[in-house]
Amino acid sequence: MRAWLERQIPKMVLAPSFVAILIFVYGFIGWTAWISLTRSKLLPKYDLHGLIQYKRLLAAPRWDTAMDNLLLFGALFICIAMALGLLLAILLDQRIRVEGVLRTIYLYPMALSMIVTGTAWKWIMNPGLGIEAMVRGWGFEGFRFNWVIDPDMAIYAVVIAAVWQASGFVMALFLAGLRSVDGEIIKAAQIDGIPGWRIYTAIILPSMAPIFLSAFIVLAHLAIKSFDLVVALTGGGPGYATDLPATYMYAMAFSRGDIGQAASSAMVMMGVVFAIVVPYLYSELRAKHV
Amino acid sequence: MSDLSSTPSAITAQTRPGQIALRWLLFCFLGLFALFYLLPLFVMVTTSLKSLEEIRSGSLVSLPREVTFDAWRTAWSGACTGIQCEGLRPYFWNSVLLAVPAVLISTFLGAANGYIIAQWHFRGANLIFSAMLFGCFIPFQVVLLPMARMLGLMGLAGSIPGLIFAHVIYGIGFTTLFFRNFYVTIPSDLVKAAKVDGAGFFRIFWSIFLPLSLPIIVVTVIWQFTQIWNDFLFGVSFSQAGTQPVTVALNNIVNSTTGVKEYNVDMAAAIIAGLPTLLVYVVAGKYFIRGLTAGSVKG
Amino acid sequence: MRRSVFTAASTLALLTASVTSMAQAGPEAEVLHWWTSGGEAKSVAVLQQEFSANGGTWTDMPVAGGGGDAAMTALRARVLSGNAPTAVQLKGPAIQEWYEEGVLANISSVAEAEGWDKVLPASIAAHMKCEGQWCAAPVNVHRVDWLWANAEILQANDIAMPNSWEEFNAAADKLMAAGVIPLAHGGQAWQDATVFEVVALGLLGAEGFDKAFVDLDPEMLGSDKMVAVFDQMRKMRGYVDSNFPGRDWNLATSMVMNGEAAFQIMGDWAKGEFLAAGKVPGEDFLCASAPGAGFLYNVDSFAMFDVDGDDKQAGQELLAKLIVGQNFQKVFNLNKGSIPARVDVAMEEFDSCAHLSAAEMTTSSKEGSLLPSYAHGMAMRGAQSGAITDVVTAHFNSDMSSADAVEMLVTAVANSH
Repeated sequence: MRAWLERQIPKMVLAPSFVAILIFVYGFIGWTAWISLTRSKLLPKYDLHGLIQYKRLLAAPRWDTAMDNLLLFGALFICIAMALGLLLAILLDQRIRVEGVLRTIYLYPMALSMIVTGTAWKWIMNPGLGIEAMVRGWGFEGFRFNWVIDPDMAIYAVVIAAVWQASGFVMALFLAGLRSVDGEIIKAAQIDGIPGWRIYTAIILPSMAPIFLSAFIVLAHLAIKSFDLVVALTGGGPGYATDLPATYMYAMAFSRGDIGQAASSAMVMMGVVFAIVVPYLYSELRAKHV
Repeated sequence: MSDLSSTPSAITAQTRPGQIALRWLLFCFLGLFALFYLLPLFVMVTTSLKSLEEIRSGSLVSLPREVTFDAWRTAWSGACTGIQCEGLRPYFWNSVLLAVPAVLISTFLGAANGYIIAQWHFRGANLIFSAMLFGCFIPFQVVLLPMARMLGLMGLAGSIPGLIFAHVIYGIGFTTLFFRNFYVTIPSDLVKAAKVDGAGFFRIFWSIFLPLSLPIIVVTVIWQFTQIWNDFLFGVSFSQAGTQPVTVALNNIVNSTTGVKEYNVDMAAAIIAGLPTLLVYVVAGKYFIRGLTAGSVKG
Repeated sequence: MRRSVFTAASTLALLTASVTSMAQAGPEAEVLHWWTSGGEAKSVAVLQQEFSANGGTWTDMPVAGGGGDAAMTALRARVLSGNAPTAVQLKGPAIQEWYEEGVLANISSVAEAEGWDKVLPASIAAHMKCEGQWCAAPVNVHRVDWLWANAEILQANDIAMPNSWEEFNAAADKLMAAGVIPLAHGGQAWQDATVFEVVALGLLGAEGFDKAFVDLDPEMLGSDKMVAVFDQMRKMRGYVDSNFPGRDWNLATSMVMNGEAAFQIMGDWAKGEFLAAGKVPGEDFLCASAPGAGFLYNVDSFAMFDVDGDDKQAGQELLAKLIVGQNFQKVFNLNKGSIPARVDVAMEEFDSCAHLSAAEMTTSSKEGSLLPSYAHGMAMRGAQSGAITDVVTAHFNSDMSSADAVEMLVTAVANSH
């Protein structure tokens, strides 16, 4: 009896969190799915009206732009932030005296709200006020950096600001991982005469697989949530060239009183996320079944 | 002569000139990156120290000709956030009351959950973990309205406990992830040995795992504090007059639609609003290092 | 001895308690609004002071940003959680939309007692009514279709304020040749929409505008006249400088003030910028109605929500009465740059541009050309106006042809219901 109770304790402790997630994540997703099948405008209504919201969604050119942007922005942001974070972590791992200061410098962007750092970036990237004007002032008349006002390039400007904000945190994650690799294995490898870079690729990086998972999830979460950044930097513009599903959803739900449409866009977006994240999670967690 | 220390850092170059050259290259890279990261902060700080005249006439990256702290004073206690023109000060305490409990509770829950999933294997543990992870991807806009309804039903509408509740719920996914990934690297022999010694579930957690967890606690606290302190959406939707956090006040100062834009006050306000998080980073950074050099995991 | 002291003390305590409880039963209101900048805040403070002077307690709930987007988010959450604010800054058809959700209160008793029907223009009064009952109180009337100009530049280049869009184009070409940016513009969706609807008023006429943007008549939306509107927008695109995307509207106004640009098409809140910088209307800057016969209005108002409690309901009635009261109408609008919604307010202290606005409001009301602004949420509901703005801003920021734009427009409106 006592042993059975002992075995149940872990499940009981985990249960409240799990139940909370069931209700507040999956329950709410279910609610959103229901609303996406209604004609809700200002406030939720519960009479079902079929797939009309999805038809409207697919007929909206702005939604196409938003989804394309999500995939483009998401892929670039995640890859560049991971690479940069890893690079900085490896560089910082090289026993430097000013490591503490540098670490804080790389990390602090995450601390500041994008509502205003977005404004700072907007100025920096503005051709008339920022980098372009400054470099031209130094004599390079032909220098151009007007991505922010160019409908085709604006999304890349958003990537730059987003990477700036998040890569420091990724670096911290990787640094923690690098530092917790077992020293014995490294020593053994060095004694065996394996070259430095090989030690990194064959021993250290693979052992950091869970960190890659955490970094990916953090970055994917930020990419999906990216709202303050876009609003502050470009306002979704020029036109709606830098619109993302999060801003589309917000506009529909709160600016336009079209909650049904917002719900359908949320469902599609979560479907896409699900399709990308679940296989990754599966492969990662599968490997843990050792 | 290269020394065979146990970190990867000494693996790079074996010859003295090679080492020096690589060292210089290293500093160069790190320096350039540091410039990239510092640029917006530089712009923000210099703008906050200039007068409006100078901002209009000067260039973005120029140092202030005349340093004034008026903007800072205004941002703290004089900027208009509505009818009251009392700056950020009245809202600060609300944010503290909101952030500290929420961070503590969600971190603790994450540690407990991570411990269970990583070390106490039972059927479906990984499935539950994946299910919880998916919660990390929900954009807050989606859950805003149903959560508002729930908070109303629970009688928590417009209150700080309500805000704490919302933030804890949506923080569990992340905190569990961080702790689980950390605890997974601890060999299960440790738990087996402890069980043989007669320790139970809670004892093992409290006496063995928690003390080992300093680095990951630090990372989790940094993440959660940042997310919760800087959150605007929940803050504006689930509060009312008197319980609004500092981000709502910051938004009111910065995003006023008409009227003269006082850029220096905006920048000063943003930095003030971000100071607690920056403080957490600086303080936590020290413990981060301490935790690591104390030989955290593999000891 | 002790007994009498005791009796005296308890009587005193009882009296104090009843007095304080009576004092706490005064009208109260929690007001959600987005007037957070210095000038606007001062204007709303006037209302708060009057409210307090009449025994009321004002709880401020300001949420800035986006012409009310963040405030609307907060409002939705509050209504759903059963905790609606007492009064909310709402305008246009949104008022009727909220009424349809069943969450607005009825303030007809105040309106009738104060005779609102007599002092408000008919079209404006119509916006404040929900199925015949009064549910909102108007604060001001903003005019959207203003043309602002730098007097010096116009004089130096021998240009008069244009009366038609052809004249505007001619003037603009002249200015470009002289190296001056003809039109100062900020590339945000609502600003693109503002220019669009002002151009549309000029080229479609009052009736056409009404058909297109109030009735959403697909024929009008898809007509050749609409193609002409987009053609003119394409021309306007050529008259703005290349740095316009994302620019805030007040920075565009500065461009006109300091001589970089000649014209700006913006509502009368631009006047506040000029005045704050010490410019004099008629001397430093000129104001005229943009080419087109009509008056596009944007009326700010407070809608009263259905709340429990006598205090709050008393608060609503007091607030409504004060908002349409003579004093507030005058003082608020003097500070804000708009004109009073009430037609019987003494206008001596207002400047020349305001007089022009008030006079034209009366004439256009008589002629039936007092029209609601689509760009500022007065003419149609959010879903439709958003759909139209998407098309307008996409066209302005790309090289889409006018014919394609019109097609997109018709589809978008059909798709937005």
